[in-house]
Amino acid sequence: MKKTVKRYKVFLLLALANIIIGLVVPEIGERSLDLTRVNLMEMLSVLPPIFVLLGLLDVWVDRATMIRYTGKGSGFKGVLISFLLGSAAAGPLYAAFPVAGVMMKKGSSLTNIFIFIGAWSTTKIPMLTFEAASLGLPFTLTRLALSIVGITTIALITQKSLNDQQKEQLYKLHQTQ
Amino acid sequence: MSFFKDREKTKMALKKAWKAFENILPQFLAILVIIGLAFAVLTPEMITKLLGANSGLWGVLAASVVGSITLIPGFVAFPLAAALLKNGAGYMQIAAFVSTLMMVGVVTVPLEMKTFGKRATLVRNISAYVFSLVAALVIGVVLQ
Repeated sequence: MKKTVKRYKVFLLLALANIIIGLVVPEIGERSLDLTRVNLMEMLSVLPPIFVLLGLLDVWVDRATMIRYTGKGSGFKGVLISFLLGSAAAGPLYAAFPVAGVMMKKGSSLTNIFIFIGAWSTTKIPMLTFEAASLGLPFTLTRLALSIVGITTIALITQKSLNDQQKEQLYKLHQTQ
Repeated sequence: MSFFKDREKTKMALKKAWKAFENILPQFLAILVIIGLAFAVLTPEMITKLLGANSGLWGVLAASVVGSITLIPGFVAFPLAAALLKNGAGYMQIAAFVSTLMMVGVVTVPLEMKTFGKRATLVRNISAYVFSLVAALVIGVVLQ
């Protein structure tokens, strides 16, 4: 019980702050509460399938397969698979982090994991069609071309920024979960 | 499908799914409240003013800051961006907003650190921010 309260401390404090603001400036408090509710409902409709998939991925795909396709030395094929995996996803970026955690546990290379994250953030296929419909095809295609280069570059930079010991620590962190 | 193939494994998968979800739930709820508060203060009119016509390089910077901090789902963000374009915002500002919105997540940093640790999270977000600015400049020039 005490542990639970501690874990949710920040949330509880923020909720309290929201209530206080609501008492002082009812207008802002009310709107904020409304927005939080709408967002929560929306997230709850998107998140469960992602987490179920994550669970299935963890149970059904064994480590050897994951290493073969996206591990160190999977080369261009691994990059391509990570791009496709990320692009096929749906949902906000923060939902990708736990999936990335499972990929790490299964032995994907860090570069590929960051490519997966980048693809999830930017090149999701449903989002691209929607972007083209709202902002036009030239805008979308220019941005997509830049993003593919950018995502790969960011993945390499992030991976290079960690030394071997830090990488090992990261992998270890996800082994235990 | 998974259920019929192996009942035990499916149960385990669901258990893991729940564990992973509960693991991020505290931060997740906190983030939702922060977004609610931020948007209650920051109205659409204010955003339009910030990124509107002739806002120039400052508009690009403002757009990138707003994009980095906020967390708007794409199907809300794109119509908003389209509306901004119609109201005179430039492609450069819009590109900065859209790119940072997708790639940079300031409020989700605590969640990201749980997966990637402090260093990788910071490096990823900073390089994504720099990339978004570069992409915005290129798009602004190409689509003039």
